[in-house]
Amino acid sequence: MEYIDVKNVQDAINRFANKNVYIHMETTNGAYASHHDQSFFSAGAYIRNALVRYELGKITGTGPYRVGLKINLGWIYAEGLTHFEIDEENHLLLAGHDSNGKLAVALEISSTPFA
Amino acid sequence: MEKERHVLVVFPHPDDEAFGVSGTIATHVQNGTPVTYACLTLGEMGRNMGNPPFTNRENLPKIRKQELQEAARVLGIQDLRMLGYRDKTIEFEDDEKLAASMLAIIEEVNPSLIITFYPGYSVHPDHDATGAAVVRAVEKLPAAARPTLHCVAFSNNCVEELGEADIVHDITPVADKKLAAIRAHRSQTEQMLIGMEEKLKNQDPQTMVWINNERFWTYTF
Repeated sequence: MEYIDVKNVQDAINRFANKNVYIHMETTNGAYASHHDQSFFSAGAYIRNALVRYELGKITGTGPYRVGLKINLGWIYAEGLTHFEIDEENHLLLAGHDSNGKLAVALEISSTPFA
Repeated sequence: MEKERHVLVVFPHPDDEAFGVSGTIATHVQNGTPVTYACLTLGEMGRNMGNPPFTNRENLPKIRKQELQEAARVLGIQDLRMLGYRDKTIEFEDDEKLAASMLAIIEEVNPSLIITFYPGYSVHPDHDATGAAVVRAVEKLPAAARPTLHCVAFSNNCVEELGEADIVHDITPVADKKLAAIRAHRSQTEQMLIGMEEKLKNQDPQTMVWINNERFWTYTF
């Protein structure tokens, strides 16, 4: 993963527009957050291989970044994104890592299902 | 430690075996007892990827699979099974199917001792669901045919509700193997070890107790 380069990421988002794409998205505090701090309210969400099509996708902010995808009947949105990679399978991988390097959020786009 | 005929270890994540039970595993292996380790997932949802990150969400399972194989190698586990479930989804699987798949392994391996998590006292939902599936599987066996079940528990309320662990193994003689197993899971443990190396070097009492004592609660049906 590298720090987000807005132009690279926006170009990649544009390449997936108006096509059927598979989405991986998650947010997480980690499964141990409430164990280590009982006052911590742990929450997260996860979806893998949601099949959608978006007409418009944008990366915004000054870092950490936000990405919003306008899909046929609604929206997909993630914030706190810091890193990106376009891997050998041509997935666009976006992630937000906290100051310890721990993943807190991920948004990934692919034209084929994730394994 | 009692000599066992065969030990079956069942945990959901690569590295679950390293912290709490790898000294016990290494001791059984040294005693000539075969050990089977069934690991349900590849820890696909792990949050640690190095700092700065040296891998990503999609590549992490490939790295963790290699780490798991390396940990098994240093501990002398000859039968490592990766069951192909997905991290953080165990509790959402069909309970009966999951128990049936645990039972199939138990019947095949015929262990005298099973080590898993104590359902309800193991913090991570995958831990609790794995322990519950193993308990459900063993319950299906006639009482006389059931292997002993040693459970790992570490929730904040575990001692309060379960009492003190009835089994405590001092694994000092194989502590080097345990540390090697912990180090094998580099993607998950490297940062934690940075803080620990100094304490290990100085034989910090609290750290040594944490490393050298492995606690289990015998499950009663």
